[in-house]
Parts: sequence; C-alpha cells; structure tokens
Amino acid sequence: MAFTNYILVCGGTGCESAKADQIYQNLLSAANAEGVHETVQIVKTGCFGFCEQGPIVKILPEDSFYVQVKPEDSEEIIKEHIVKGREVKRLLYDKSESKKHARVEDIQFYQKQFRIVLRNCGFINPENIDEYIARDGYAALEKVLFEMSSDAVIEELKKSGLRGRGGAGFPTWLKWNFTKQVDSEQKYIVCNADEGDPGAYMDRSTLEGDPHSILEAMAIAGFTCGADTGYIYIRAEYPLAIGRLKIAMEQARAYGLLGENILGSEFSFDIEIRLGAGAFVCGEETALLASLEGNRGMPWPRPPFPAVKGLWDKPTVINNVETWANVPMVILKGGEWFTQIGTEDSKGTKVFALTGKIRNSGLVEVPMGTTLREIIYDIGGGIANDKDFKAVQTGGPSGGMITKDYLDTPIDYKHLQGLGSMMGSGGMIVMDEDDCIVDVTKFYLGFTVDESCGKCSPCRVGGRTLYNTLDRITKGEGTMEDIDKMRSCGYAMQKASLCGLGQTAPNPIMSSLKYFEKEYLAHIKDRSCPSGRCKELISYFILADKCIGCTACARKCPVSAITGERRKIHLINQDLCIKCGICYEVCKFDAVYVG
Amino acid sequence: MAKMTLEELRALRDEKKKDLNKRDVADKTKQVVIGMGTCGIAAGAKDTLNAFLQELDAQHLTDVLITQTGCMGLCYVEPTIEVIAPEMPNVIYGKVTPDVAKTIVRDHLVNKKMVSEHIFDRPAADIIDRGGK
Repeated sequence: MAFTNYILVCGGTGCESAKADQIYQNLLSAANAEGVHETVQIVKTGCFGFCEQGPIVKILPEDSFYVQVKPEDSEEIIKEHIVKGREVKRLLYDKSESKKHARVEDIQFYQKQFRIVLRNCGFINPENIDEYIARDGYAALEKVLFEMSSDAVIEELKKSGLRGRGGAGFPTWLKWNFTKQVDSEQKYIVCNADEGDPGAYMDRSTLEGDPHSILEAMAIAGFTCGADTGYIYIRAEYPLAIGRLKIAMEQARAYGLLGENILGSEFSFDIEIRLGAGAFVCGEETALLASLEGNRGMPWPRPPFPAVKGLWDKPTVINNVETWANVPMVILKGGEWFTQIGTEDSKGTKVFALTGKIRNSGLVEVPMGTTLREIIYDIGGGIANDKDFKAVQTGGPSGGMITKDYLDTPIDYKHLQGLGSMMGSGGMIVMDEDDCIVDVTKFYLGFTVDESCGKCSPCRVGGRTLYNTLDRITKGEGTMEDIDKMRSCGYAMQKASLCGLGQTAPNPIMSSLKYFEKEYLAHIKDRSCPSGRCKELISYFILADKCIGCTACARKCPVSAITGERRKIHLINQDLCIKCGICYEVCKFDAVYVG
Repeated sequence: MAKMTLEELRALRDEKKKDLNKRDVADKTKQVVIGMGTCGIAAGAKDTLNAFLQELDAQHLTDVLITQTGCMGLCYVEPTIEVIAPEMPNVIYGKVTPDVAKTIVRDHLVNKKMVSEHIFDRPAADIIDRGGK
C-alpha cells in the first residue's frame, strides 16, 4: 500500500534535545492507534536549519511547516491532519489567515538560501541508505569508477573552483593533485570533523543529516589519489553524528559501496572512525594527524604538507566535512555548473551557523557573494528584541568583527580577509548594542588561550599576554600604552606562530581595535563600560525621582544590598552590591540606572 | 542485502526514486483533493483514495498530487473529490467510488475529458466568502 502522507521530523541535535525523538515516537504510536500507519510514512531526517523554531515537523504533500512542536501535539497532528486532512493551524510557522498555509518556499528564512551541502538535510532519513541512493547518492562514485579517469576527476574539481571550507580556502583540486602525484604504496584520505568553534555546528548537522555524502566523497578521493583507507576524525561529543556515520558505513559495506572491489570494480576502499577528545587545536590539520596517530595533538611546521607527507608520513588528503559534501555534486553536475554559483574567486555556497543576538538562529546555506546584510536581516530576521546591531563575528575565535558600515560586503574569501576577518569554518555570531566589545574580545582570547597547545611561544606567551592585558582593561586598570602593546604583540603572533590557531588568535583584538577603539578608550580613560557589561567598571544606582518604593528590587536582590521601606525611595549599598543586574531587570519604572 | 553490482545499484536507485519523488512537491502540476471529513470517510473515501493511488501508478502519472481535505459540504454525494488541472476548470466530483476514481484518472487527468455524470457544484458558492479560508 502506498503512502499518501509523509511526516518529516527533524532529527538534528538541536531538535533532539527539544524532545524530537519523543515527538517521533508519539507520532508513530498515534498513527498506529488511528489505523493510518500504512498510509503515512514517518521519517526522522537531518537538520532543517531553522533551529530557532525547532522542533520542526514537516508534512508532505501539503508542505505544512509545523514549528515548536511538543510531544503532546503528536496526537493532534495525526488525528487532525493525517486522518481528517485539516492542518493544525496553531502549529504553523505562518499563522496568518490570508494564505491557505505557509509553504516552505514562502518562509523568508529559506528564500535566499541555496542548498548544495545541505541538499538532503531535512529531506531524507539519514539512517536509510536507500533514500540517499534515490537522491542520486553514490551516482558520482559510480561515474568516477566506470566513466572517469583520476585525471578527469582532478580536472573537474579544478574547473569547479572548489576551495576548502575548513577556513583557509585552499583549492581542493590542488591538494588532491599533490597527493595523487606522489609515488607511494600507501596513501590516506582523512575527513576533518573536529568542529570546535564556539557556536558553530555546520559539520555536525551535515554528518547527522547526510552521512553518506561524506563516505561517497571520500571514496571518490580514494580512487582519484590511489588510497584504500580513509579516516573520519570526529570529536567524541558528537554522539548522534558518530552513531549515524556508523550506521551509514555498515549499510554502505553491506551494499558493497565500501570495502573490497566496490561495485565489482578493481577499486577497494574502507573508512574508519577515530574519536577526538575535543581539543580545538586538533582541527588544525597537522595536529589532527598527530592525534590520529595516537600522539598528543600538536601541529608540526609545514612544509612538508600532509598532501605529500601526512599520516604516518604517507601522502594524505585531508578535507573538512563541508568540502567533502560538495564533491559528489561537483562530479555529478560538473565543474561548469558549480562555477555558476558564487563569485569570481569563491565558487559554490557556504554554510553558516547563525547565532548570537539574532531573531532566527539556525543553519544557513547561501551562495558565495551573498551580503552580510542579507544573511542577518533577510534570513536571520534582524536583531532579537529590536535592539541595534553592533557587530558580527565571522570565523569564530579566529575571525574578526565586522561593523555596520560593512554589512553590504559580499561574503567570500577575499572580501572577508580584506576586512581583517576570515571565512573560517562558518560560525557567525551577531552582537547587539548591549554587548561590550572589549568583554567579547576577552571571551575569544580566553578561549584560544585555553586551547593553545603550548608548543610554540608566540601563541603560548603572546595569547596569555593579550588576555591579561584585556582583563586589566575590563577592570579599569588599563593604560594608554596597552593599546600599542596589544597591537605589536598581536602582530608578532600573526607572523610567528606555528599554526593557524596562534596566527589567527589575535584577529578579534586587531579588528576590534580597528573598528571600536573608542570603546577601548572609554574603558581606559573614563574607566567606564558603555554597554554596562564590565562589572568592575559599573555601579547600579536607584533614581530617586523614579523609584516608587514597590520593593521588587529589594526582594530579588540575592545579597540583600537594597534597603528601603514600602512606598519610600530605595537605596543600594555599594559595598554589598555584587553587580548582578537583577534589580535593573526587575524594575518596571526604569528607576535603576547603570553607570 | 548482498554486495551490489553497478546494474543492481542503478535498478535500486530507479525504484527508490519513484518512492522519494512522491515527497517532492515541486513539479506536480495537477492535484486531486479528497474530502476526508467524517462523512467522506464513512462513505468510503479511504477506498477512493487508495483507488486513485493505484490508478496513478498504473497509468504512470507522476505529476499528480493527492491531498486530503475536510468535508466539502456535499455530504449527500460523498465521497467527494476536487480535481485541479491546468487547462481544465476545477471540478468537484461526487459519489466517487473506486471505479469512478479510476474513470476520473483515465478521462479527466489523462484524456482531459470531464466525467459529466459525477460533477457537482460547491454548495451556495456565491454566499461563501472564498477569501476567508
């Protein structure tokens, strides 16, 4: 009996943590109870990307897009929508009456997106290889094995202009070609799934939603470069992605798409998973390979590049998850097709994890050349709580801040670098007027200092020096010399550090000094924090003319620093105050002043 | 499942594609809406729906979308359905038994000929505010 309805339940980590699995189970049992289990197929898919509104349930063929679904809604969805054919209006994203219902393409969040990497996320069941195959899965591998030479594969990649999506943007074809040309009995293919930027989850979602695309791409590289073994290096805190990868690998082996003599050809290739302990530096390729070998994760100076002398000194192609996910599409649709998307020096799309003070947090895939304004305002829906935009940090702790004046910059490798930021792996953190730039910069520095492996002194000592300086500034103990000191120290780190971690760690400082020097000066000269974030620099006062003596602040103060009788003006004891800001939040009469 | 050859992989892909394409709503140009209110279901709308699905497969029609809706208000001629197809007026059919369903697929959807004896009109369409719902 054929299915008439399809229910796609998001199975990404975000929605799973919001009980998506319970929703899935409830839908199944409700379908059984109503006797419609034979006409409706309920599928758990990968991430839809619209995480802000999760958990998401999409129903086809009506294309109903249900958001913020709760487990207890499952029964109503089955009884109303599936049995009676009536949409559950209160769960629709767009509840407006004017439209019959919100189709996915009508939702602004999806309008400017173009999905290559996330092509199957939210559409197929990632734990079912048949669904991947039906979406032209393994067709690229098939084409490579039976219709193309390894030279032709390199040529196609070269034509496509695909560049590494891990951050540095190295041309993929060149990397592969280096490895291909080295004469060696043993070569390796490695997938870098050690995603570590705070707030970034593009790679995790790709692996969770479409694991087979990575396996297929790695096998293509194996054929092209002459390798028979691949490793996926993934951090242990991605259990869902690891689980789905394992299922995918088992299924691919059972179908003969991994293992000996793939599809009856001469080519054999298999993949193993290696778990990382979650050190940020292991996302750097040479440190990753050291960790893969069982050593402490520390980078080595390049050259030699891994493409020539990598894992166990053998030539190794190492690419990031997102790069891999592009490969099957480039092969299948051709390099020519790929060049039609994007800008002159950056082809294709880029996935961003949009987070911070943004209305629609989520996973976004846009063509290269899309402007920051389009991502933040059109897709992201603007700044949350109607605050003013202050800056956006791209490239995570290695990137830089970009201000309002540069919002119309098209996003590609060249332009972001020109602004002192970088593409990075794709984290995009939005800051609003309430964020203190110095404080945020200190947070990033704290992260890189923690994650520095300690091998080279520019990073080890330089990072600590910068952090300590920032710490003093946020406490009101900075001096004017600090500004120049930070600049020269940062410059030294950029030039002298061994790997990308140290080279890019000063980027948040360098870019914020460039665009927000005023804020640094306010902290140093006026000993004040304009955004009211740096606790040592602010005090809370009660304005006598506004306080009506409602006692709300006094009751909430955790250290009982506020005194005052009912209907009389209250007072904050500055010696006791811990500057938690609760009084400021609870006051309904704007009587608490931060200064 | 044993290891596959190239031919087997291709065969599997073609077969599964048919299933998965049904999830894809993008290129469907025609639509059959089946009234599945209580009255419709009681009158056998489920069997009608199955008959449509079987006949569409039999006729290899892939551009038809089957959707459900509530009661159309023609409870006396249930099961009722509406067919929306380009170059044809939107038509409501009543008393659509599985056999009639097959006729509708062959005549209306394939041969663009209406099945006159089963056409009914929306009740008092002129007094219902269509923009409202």
